[in-house]
Amino acid sequence: MNVEVETESLASPWSIRWSRRRASTAEIARRIRRDRLAVVAVVVLVGFIVLAIVTPWISDRADFNAINTGDNPTNQSPNGDYLLGTDRYGRSVALQLIWGARVSLFVGLVATVLTIVIGVLVGLAAGFFGGWIDGLLMRITDWFLVIPFLPTAIVLASVLERSLWTVVLVIGITSWPSAARLVRSQVLSIRQRLYVDRARSLGAGRLHVVGRHILPNVTPLILASATLAVPISILTETTLSFLGLGDSTSISWGGMLDQAQQSSAVTAGHWWYYLPPGIAIMIVVLTFTIFGRALEEVLDPRLRAR
Amino acid sequence: MRAGFVIRKCIGAVSTLAFVVVFNFFLFRIVNRDPVNSMFRGRNLKPEKLAELRQKFNLDGSKWDQFVAYVRQLLHGDLGYSLKGFRPVATVIGETLWPTVLLVGSSTILAMIGITLGYRAGWRRGSTFDTTATSMSMLTYSMPEFWIGMVFLGLFSAKLGWFPVGGLEDPGSNATGLSQWIDQLHHMMLPAIVLGLAYVGEYMIVARSAMIETLNEDYLQLARAKGMRDDEVRRRHAVPNARLPVVSLSAINFGFIFGGAIAVESIFSWPGIGQATYLAVRGPDLPMLQGLFLLISAGVILANLVADLLYGKLDPRVAGR
Repeated sequence: MNVEVETESLASPWSIRWSRRRASTAEIARRIRRDRLAVVAVVVLVGFIVLAIVTPWISDRADFNAINTGDNPTNQSPNGDYLLGTDRYGRSVALQLIWGARVSLFVGLVATVLTIVIGVLVGLAAGFFGGWIDGLLMRITDWFLVIPFLPTAIVLASVLERSLWTVVLVIGITSWPSAARLVRSQVLSIRQRLYVDRARSLGAGRLHVVGRHILPNVTPLILASATLAVPISILTETTLSFLGLGDSTSISWGGMLDQAQQSSAVTAGHWWYYLPPGIAIMIVVLTFTIFGRALEEVLDPRLRAR
Repeated sequence: MRAGFVIRKCIGAVSTLAFVVVFNFFLFRIVNRDPVNSMFRGRNLKPEKLAELRQKFNLDGSKWDQFVAYVRQLLHGDLGYSLKGFRPVATVIGETLWPTVLLVGSSTILAMIGITLGYRAGWRRGSTFDTTATSMSMLTYSMPEFWIGMVFLGLFSAKLGWFPVGGLEDPGSNATGLSQWIDQLHHMMLPAIVLGLAYVGEYMIVARSAMIETLNEDYLQLARAKGMRDDEVRRRHAVPNARLPVVSLSAINFGFIFGGAIAVESIFSWPGIGQATYLAVRGPDLPMLQGLFLLISAGVILANLVADLLYGKLDPRVAGR
């Protein structure tokens, strides 16, 4: 232990910081690797993400245009030509499934970033400034926590224009409160610590304390809660698209389920139309949840101790 | 429970409701730049008819005047008019209230089975029962509730014919009394099971972690030292203490089940508030949607208030402060 400290003190502050960061990242990766299920989840997720990125190169979106599907058989069950059959317009379900991954992952990730940004800003401000700012912000947070999430998202999406960005915005506006609460409680506990007092007595300003002491300490928890927020964003996007509030010009899994419902695929027994999108959503949400929980267990010392 | 605690919680609930009213107005009249146009979109109206409609829907005057008029209307129980047949929104909602109370109520009771499962899973942490229950709840959590509805409808109604494909009762049925009840119950079974299944996992997870929190408490050690049977220690000492987080999360879940009912009711054509919301979104019938949002929020706020007060009753430390 002593030796380590000495070698560190000889190096420059930058290299110390980087070697520590590398070491802690390696430690997290090592712990996650021990969790078999989490490894499988990561592999599946990477597969989905790669698929979503390369889709435009391996298939042509024009295949869905009415002008190109006119001669295709409609409501075909799966066969050699169409692995997952066709819908009522003769579009290939398998191709729609692949294109749908793009929307789900895009909205899931971008909306989560927005959620976390709003949550962190509100939580930091409330926890750090305290007083009436804290009171006001927490009051607003409580309001948003109590009013029902999905109905709020639905009315918001109804009055705004239909687009993917609207869906992202709606999810961000409705789901930031839990992140804000988490960050606030962390800030409150961290600012009591001795090293923050020490930094302050050395003349550190508020910005320095937040940037150098508080933010690095809450980052791991934010990361874990962000990973767990992605599945919620994906499920919300699915529901909004199913209700016809998504972007009607892009193909999404929720939109496919909406189309299936509109063409009475369920009662007609066209299972290939509504089963695949649901299973795809389930796999993506499940893998994000498994990975997020593994990450949380590694990053949150309170969970690790148990 | 101190009176101050009750009053504080009630004021909190009223302020949330006030926030919803302002939010609701703000959304439909300010974010929505041109309410007149978006309400009557696609309808070819004469100018004098349009003026009459603006009057009827209270769209004239400054935003502040409109807000005052909106609040005054609400205080009189007037939620405006639905664009479908120009019926009062309050009347339409009144008709859909009972089916939803029935459905959401029974699925909540079904989902609460998860609490018992969670306590048992947490008590025997790491056992086969625990891993099975935890994995199953993660699985149901990962599926959109309306998709579970589609799968069940396709399997149990369309293919196997065990349940009707939707609605409140058989079409054209003039059954009364007991046979009407049985018919409605038969129709409600599948949507209630679907909604219950979608949320049973969340109750389970919360109950499980609440139980795990109490596992290391000294009083459990003492109870065991007294020679109590394991089962009895769980029931008499662990469960009562694990009850608190479950109560507060039940209220939050209530809001989620309401949200889930929107899509599930539309899958099963269950004539409740959820299907009314679905139809209002599809219309679009904005005055209807506005009224529904206000009512759903009020219901959820009330449920939260009840949970808060119950929490205070269960944990005197909270109410005493």
